[in-house]
Amino acid sequence: MTAAAVPTTTWYLVLAAVLFGIGTVGVLVRRNPLIMLMCVELMLNAVNLSFVALSHQMGDIGGQTTVFFVMVVAAAEVVVGLGIIVAILRRKPNATADDLAELKG
Amino acid sequence: MQLFVFICAAAMILVGAVGVITRSHPVHAALSLILTLFGVAVMYVSQEAQFLAAVQVIVYAGAIVVLFLFVIMLLGVDKAEDLQIEPFKLQRKVAALVGGGVIGLIVFAAVSSRDNIAVARPTQSEFVKDVATTEHNSNIRSLARDLFSDHVLAFELTSVLLVIAVVGTVLLARRAPKSTPETPT
Repeated sequence: MTAAAVPTTTWYLVLAAVLFGIGTVGVLVRRNPLIMLMCVELMLNAVNLSFVALSHQMGDIGGQTTVFFVMVVAAAEVVVGLGIIVAILRRKPNATADDLAELKG
Repeated sequence: MQLFVFICAAAMILVGAVGVITRSHPVHAALSLILTLFGVAVMYVSQEAQFLAAVQVIVYAGAIVVLFLFVIMLLGVDKAEDLQIEPFKLQRKVAALVGGGVIGLIVFAAVSSRDNIAVARPTQSEFVKDVATTEHNSNIRSLARDLFSDHVLAFELTSVLLVIAVVGTVLLARRAPKSTPETPT
């Protein structure tokens, strides 16, 4: 293995960008609210990955602290989001994101 | 070796991510999400963030995805979705365009700031000194020192956030009492 083939921080950032883009496309395309929530998790993970890569590169532990808080908030977000989805799907079984148009004027 | 780990973990991440957005069955999508989360955990280990890798496996793969699977199976929404339906015309194309644009912009920013990032390495501070002085658990030690000194207020506030989230979710998902039906609680 040559020394030039060591993955640099830019590789991690590019990978995180691709992961973020896939999550964006998923949120825009999928209609099942559960899967939309999973795609939001993908985007959060992409951001966490770039935080950790830059924390390693800069030698600053603050990036990892931020990732810790992002994980806590993501857990809270999933709990609340799934609660809302449970409440919706109990009234309208098999509702997709397009069926939830009660607020439309 | 590092390159090998990177390629394997990147393949796990990308295959899982594509699986999440292309599998029509929600359970399969959740399992693909686990693959992606494990790949990200491997990346954390290779970036010397061992504590975050453990938290990633325990909290994300262990708790959040299990919560997803619980909801999928308890609500009985584990039916395959028809992926052919396209609610708006051109939705797929516009979404692909937006996703490609986001990827392109971030990749451009990352590549064009490559030199600045590489320059930042010599100005290393406390973190590296911690690694040098403490031989065991250096990642956890320095993370804990940062968390409980500079960010202790935020850390305490997360406990408030979690309590509010739990109480709110219990209220939200509870069935309405029989005496007052159909009242949103």
